[in-house]
Amino acid sequence: MIQQRIREKAKELLSKKELDLIIGFGEGTLPLRASPLFIRNPEEADRLIWNSFCENNLATYLHKFNRFKVGLVVKGCDSRSVIALSLEKRFELDRLFLIGVPCQRMVDRRRVKKAVPGEILHAREEGDKIIVKGENFEIALKRDDFLYPSCQACIHRNPAKANILVADPVEEFSLAEAFPDVREFERMSPGERWKFFEKESSRCIRCYACREACPMCYCAECFVDSSNPKWIEKGLAPSDLEFYHMVRAYHQTGRCSGCGACERACPMEIRLTYLTQKLNQDVKELFEFETGIDSDNRPPLSTYDTDDRQEFIK
Amino acid sequence: MKWNPAKLEKKDLGAFFQDLMGKYDLYAPVRLTEGVSVYKKIDDPGEVDLSNPNPQKPLKEVFFSQSEVMFRYEKVEKRDRVTSTEDVQRERVALGARPCDIQAIFLLDQVFSGKDYTDVYYLQKRKRTTIIGLACNAPLTTCFCSSMDGGPFVRRGSDLFLIDLGKAYLVEFLTEKGEAFSRNPFFKEVDKADINLANEIEERALKKADASLSVEGIEKRLDEMSESPFWDRAQEKCIGCRVCTYLCPTCHCFDIADEALNERGQRVRNWDSCLSALYSLETSGHNPRPTGRERTRQRLMHKFNYFPKNFGPMACVGCGRCIIYCPANFDIRQTLKEIIAK
Repeated sequence: MIQQRIREKAKELLSKKELDLIIGFGEGTLPLRASPLFIRNPEEADRLIWNSFCENNLATYLHKFNRFKVGLVVKGCDSRSVIALSLEKRFELDRLFLIGVPCQRMVDRRRVKKAVPGEILHAREEGDKIIVKGENFEIALKRDDFLYPSCQACIHRNPAKANILVADPVEEFSLAEAFPDVREFERMSPGERWKFFEKESSRCIRCYACREACPMCYCAECFVDSSNPKWIEKGLAPSDLEFYHMVRAYHQTGRCSGCGACERACPMEIRLTYLTQKLNQDVKELFEFETGIDSDNRPPLSTYDTDDRQEFIK
Repeated sequence: MKWNPAKLEKKDLGAFFQDLMGKYDLYAPVRLTEGVSVYKKIDDPGEVDLSNPNPQKPLKEVFFSQSEVMFRYEKVEKRDRVTSTEDVQRERVALGARPCDIQAIFLLDQVFSGKDYTDVYYLQKRKRTTIIGLACNAPLTTCFCSSMDGGPFVRRGSDLFLIDLGKAYLVEFLTEKGEAFSRNPFFKEVDKADINLANEIEERALKKADASLSVEGIEKRLDEMSESPFWDRAQEKCIGCRVCTYLCPTCHCFDIADEALNERGQRVRNWDSCLSALYSLETSGHNPRPTGRERTRQRLMHKFNYFPKNFGPMACVGCGRCIIYCPANFDIRQTLKEIIAK
């Protein structure tokens, strides 16, 4: 069992004192949630859990612990962010120990909440079902019908890099099934696309949860926070909100692992991944590059080659 | 109670809202998309949505909006012209707020009309707003208002108070300001059965509300904890976004900025958050709260130590928004329990 293997490995690593801490998931305080957990002693290893609610991209926390030797529990997406960060020289991979988990894909708690008739008091996984209980209901939902959009068609569920895999690799989906929200967006006319984007960004409250949840957003000074030069105002004018979301997405080009942490963090349920996934798809088509798959290959926008394709530059 | 309650049929709600809009600026929860709502000025009575337990953004926005113009300025024929935005043009009604959010307004009153300064923007709106509260029939498991001096049926702060009876609302008139509404044509007479039902619902809600969290003595505990290593561990999972502070009904920090181009501009104040690094960054480049440790400590200290020291009550009403919406499942109840247990 995955959870057991994670605990055993964590216990072993912490006993050998080779690591300062291990970052994984612990029991959350709410149904359908796990919570990032930071442990330093082998006795704490049994607090680590693994289930379909382990939704955070833990690579985000590496910035907080950049002077430590860290063991990190990684899904496919987390591992790709780790590689992308190491390519950007945020840290040396050898101060990390990646405990890789082939990912079963994570359950979208908000979709589950919307599918049941009251507050969920308890939730558990049983095989391919999620059993949710409330005051007057107990419902079994098919797990795979309630996955995060970013997880649904994930084509890199197995960690791209790991010091150890705690389970056998899972079979990957094909590219043909990837990017479902991009397809939906592409089918719209330019006018409809703008309307959609406008409506989504209009709910933004500038809490920057999308930015903070993202492992790739680590600029010492984000463009929205700069006052000299001032690129953007700090209020809620639609043009400022739209500008923020557009630039946030563009800054991810060739760097986004498509984990969906931005969208999950948003308290206003703004859809965000259709933008970043579209860029991911473009980068794949134009440069045959995917974020964090190969630890030697630098992202296309940070390199230059005279053979680079350029027919799309007009 | 000085005044007899009335009844408002749900089928009359649209017409009732329309009637209010004729005389007042009406603010109420509006659904933006499934599962997301905010308080907003109502343009169309059909927008009002009282079905959510609590909108994401709290009632404070009606009095202290996230982004507010303080005044406008321009240069006209070489002279400066400043236009005030302080005045509130029309009387307002804030409808559908839960007791927790209304209790928070009481706390904000103390900040914005303190002995050292008064905030004209907030107070103008506050003076000209009638609050129609809405009882919480079904407190959520993330609610802990009953542990924080409140409760799902606390009427304090409401001018009128609604209790959802299923097909109708029981309407209570609690202040002179609220009583002035009692001659509204949509308010009907109540019978004994309505009152009994309302009492039953209240009793059930009170039973459901979690009053088990005790924060007694926390102010003192925190006095001794400013240098405690506790904060290192407590903040680990915090990613440093502003969700908990922006969605908090009592958080009230703001930042003032000029938005200007050429010879005209406006001075704006925007919500700010102690959890962001920028908040305490000084011009010199020095940051007295350089890491999550100092920033998480500030959030907790302000709510449970500095605020009580300055004003008496604690600056938390137990609405649970910070628990529900935190991307990393930082649960303030857990942190409070750990502090108390130390």
